[in-house]
Amino acid sequence: MARIIVITSGKGGVGKTTTAAALAMGLAQRGKRTAVVDFDVGLRNLDLIMGCERRVVYDFVNVIKQEATLNQALIRDKRCDHLYILPASQTRDKDALAKEEVGRVLEELSDGFDFVVCDSPAGIEHGATMAMYYADDAIVVTNPEVSSVRDSDRMLGILSSKSRRAENGQEPIREHLLLTRYDPRRVDNGDMLSVEDVQEILSLTLLGVIPESKAVLSASNAGIPVILDRESDAGQAYFDTVSRYLGEDIPHRFLEAERKGFLSRLFKG
Amino acid sequence: MGLLDYFRSSQPKGSANVAKERLQILVAHDRAARDRPSYLPKLQQEIIDVIRKYVDVDMNAVSVNYEQEDAHEVLELNIVLPEAAQQRFAP
Repeated sequence: MARIIVITSGKGGVGKTTTAAALAMGLAQRGKRTAVVDFDVGLRNLDLIMGCERRVVYDFVNVIKQEATLNQALIRDKRCDHLYILPASQTRDKDALAKEEVGRVLEELSDGFDFVVCDSPAGIEHGATMAMYYADDAIVVTNPEVSSVRDSDRMLGILSSKSRRAENGQEPIREHLLLTRYDPRRVDNGDMLSVEDVQEILSLTLLGVIPESKAVLSASNAGIPVILDRESDAGQAYFDTVSRYLGEDIPHRFLEAERKGFLSRLFKG
Repeated sequence: MGLLDYFRSSQPKGSANVAKERLQILVAHDRAARDRPSYLPKLQQEIIDVIRKYVDVDMNAVSVNYEQEDAHEVLELNIVLPEAAQQRFAP
């Protein structure tokens, strides 16, 4: 039985797809059989971030409508044998995701994989609620910014009331906070909410902090999950995040701004 | 950052404090609204209708508050009767 992880946020543009791609790749690199599913029907992007957009033949909706089998639709990643991608449909609308059918596909995936990573669309509409309904774990991706934090809190409310685990009175979904686009220098200057601030407001366990990084755009330009860029701060931060998710106790990095010397601060040009 | 700013840097500054305060209030409010039973507005309306049978009060005269504490919930009703109402009930 696979563990089902939803990557959610409410607000758009905070780094859900980047995170889904990085986490799935990271898990697969540790030898875990991993499938990553794009729930953003109508606006598929995960295939682009994973760099497999030209290999899409069948999609999630085809599998739901039984127009293709799961094996026909799954795309095997060329860099890692343990990783498969199930792309979203570009043409249908989100209502194509019926609850029972989504459940059937996830159950079938559960048989063959250790982890199923669900990349949720933004918002709280049908696609987003379907992505989280069957989840065992939720990674709430949040930027240190007021509207993102508020939306994350809203998602926590939905996770605790409108999931299968909630409806069946099972153990609740495990919720993790992933803070992205973090800029320690702006935090030091008092212009950005700190990790502690966001944690205090949302009262969530912190899974990781991903620093604002040029590497994220470069990686998406090239269709390479940023976790594969082991030289970059963001890549390393995602690597640590995956380790923490798998239960390793690793200190958080990239939380402090690089200290400038007294003189360079004094004479800053 | 110039020389003066460097020596001033221990003072609270920036907009993050404001953001945190606003969020704390907002999130507390959102959570309270989330946990509230959905029948509350209807309950409030029906209570007002009943009271209006006897006393002429306006919408704001009845407030319904719902609070959740550790082991129990408190439903608080506050009805402000107009002064003239006392006469109507007088024998």
